[in-house]
Amino acid sequence: METTDAQEIIIKGINASPGICIGKAYLVDREGVDVLRHYHIPEKKLSNEIKRFKTAVKKARDDLDRIVANSPKELKEVHILETHMALLKDKALYGKTIETIKAQRVNAEWALKQVVSDLIDVFRNMQDAYLRERSEDIVHVSNRIIINLVGAEVVDIASIDKRVILVARDLSPADTSQINLDRIKGFITDHGGKASHTGIIARALEIPAVVGLQTATRKIKNDDLIIVDGNSGAVIVHPTEKTLEKYEERNIEYEEYRAVITRESQAAAESADGVRLEVMGNIESPEEVFSVIKYGGDGIGLYRTEFQYFNRPEFPTEDELFDKYKDVVDVMVPKPVTIRTLDINGDKALTNHLSYDEVNPALGLRAIRYCLKKPNVFKNQLRAILRAAAHGNVRILLPMISTCFEIWESKQLLDEVAESLDKEGVTFNRNIEIGAMIEVPSAVIMADALAENVDFFSIGTNDLIQYSLAIDRGNEHVAHLYQPLDPAIIRMLKHTADVAKEKGIKIFICGEMAGTPHHIPLLLGIGMDELSMNPQSIPVVKRVIRSLRVEDTRSFIKEVLKQPTAKSTFELINDTYGSILSEQMYTEGSVQFSDRAER
Amino acid sequence: MINSAPKLTRQVIIVNELGLHARSAAKIAKLASRSKASVWIQKGSVKADASSILDILTLECEKGSKITISIENKADYDILEAIADLVEGGFGE
Repeated sequence: METTDAQEIIIKGINASPGICIGKAYLVDREGVDVLRHYHIPEKKLSNEIKRFKTAVKKARDDLDRIVANSPKELKEVHILETHMALLKDKALYGKTIETIKAQRVNAEWALKQVVSDLIDVFRNMQDAYLRERSEDIVHVSNRIIINLVGAEVVDIASIDKRVILVARDLSPADTSQINLDRIKGFITDHGGKASHTGIIARALEIPAVVGLQTATRKIKNDDLIIVDGNSGAVIVHPTEKTLEKYEERNIEYEEYRAVITRESQAAAESADGVRLEVMGNIESPEEVFSVIKYGGDGIGLYRTEFQYFNRPEFPTEDELFDKYKDVVDVMVPKPVTIRTLDINGDKALTNHLSYDEVNPALGLRAIRYCLKKPNVFKNQLRAILRAAAHGNVRILLPMISTCFEIWESKQLLDEVAESLDKEGVTFNRNIEIGAMIEVPSAVIMADALAENVDFFSIGTNDLIQYSLAIDRGNEHVAHLYQPLDPAIIRMLKHTADVAKEKGIKIFICGEMAGTPHHIPLLLGIGMDELSMNPQSIPVVKRVIRSLRVEDTRSFIKEVLKQPTAKSTFELINDTYGSILSEQMYTEGSVQFSDRAER
Repeated sequence: MINSAPKLTRQVIIVNELGLHARSAAKIAKLASRSKASVWIQKGSVKADASSILDILTLECEKGSKITISIENKADYDILEAIADLVEGGFGE
């Protein structure tokens, strides 16, 4: 209802997910759960009370199980729910509550409440922001149990059928996994920070969200008109006509920018002087392939395959791997999918495998070295790749190549695998492109020899920078020396690209450098054929490419190669292309040179 | 003393970026839950039950923390080793 006396209120919070939305508030009410009864349990009824508690936990577990089973697989919070399931039975919560029921002879709700409030005290006083926010997980888990104990109704977010803005004290991962995008315009919460589940999920769903508002649920009532400004982190309750107008304009402006950039991103990236570049996506799990398509990727430039080896007692089977590869290939066909073979020490990924220690794993047995030492593990993966290759356009990328031997041996194994697949009568395709990842300095120096043996190079800048500059960017004492624009790196890129051109093979880049708009003029000048990056960066990178002339970047690179430091290189980029870059990057503004690492 | 029993403790350093967070703690708890007797993780003077995720988190182990893993029963030696390897391997992150 419109009421004349309603004053406009602005509540400041944390901008967790960008965008603006205007709509009616829908409060997700959990109150009532806070008011718990406290009563004594006679000794002979204690075992009954414990049983009541166990039943409530079991029901909470079953509920979570069902939610996980019904959640769309692409939602990453499923693992958070799995952690919640583990917490339900955690000794510090479950065991301690049962102990408390026995020791104090109190009802289960009261015992649980005490245990939880003690735990939360401990967590809330921690130094680390991540750990402090874990107190939310404890609250979510205990709320689930308590709701079962007191028999209260759980708000079923899945049943909301109006276009509303959710207002809650907090939203649990179980709540958010049920949110139907068509019905929710945005959400705001009293608790949470940028790193909280609510924030992560809002960004994944691409709806505006403001969190950490403290008083939103007290100041906002159902059906109040509110504006959520996820860009600045403000919520406006009962906005005046003037404010509404202002935000509607801002919203249109922002939506237009996003629409333009997303629409454009489906078209090819062709430079102002007509040179076409392939802009590809890096992915880790098959689900991410949909982001690549949505953001207009021309293919998969890097499919990391480590993911399937983590957190499991045994190596994945060939069929499991084949399924994961085929899923991606089927969606992308006829566009290319570049599968990078295992880039870690597989033994270390397995949960139960007892592996030996390495003093310096970055220089140790990993990637191609590990694979060649464990040919059975490697062959398993190669078989899966060759089988998937029969279904579309597959390329194979060998990581951490430092000598020709590694390519020869890998090709030998590919032949062996192809032969046995043939004998078994399994469908496969051996005739696929093979590429070497260029990320070790020796590979740059030996590029001409390596090029004789492969169809393409893909430069992994993240490791190349670390190995070349002898910098561990995880080490805070030296992280500031991790500089993609270091002249040494640029010369290495240029050398590798020149060799590739001379030998007639293709040259790609798939490190973080490729997804940084600021580096694009440089990468074009160097002569990259293909850039691969995280899917979200594709639209803006395509936009930047369209605004550049490749011919100009070629003469620009000559100037770049004369620079003595990363700083002067950065300044040269800014002087030459700063205005174009800031024009293409609506929200980012102008880029500053930082003496710190990129991230 | 010579010929002492196999060591029932291991000292390790947390090497992964995030430290002992919920998912890494869950991995430890999973291993520890298979033990015959208790498995403990100690940081400074504070001791946590390795089979409880929450207890482990209360140790607030960030990257670089030194922790001691200990077992009470020699039969759990494999679990001790597996947890130590998990930590030293950075939880495969």
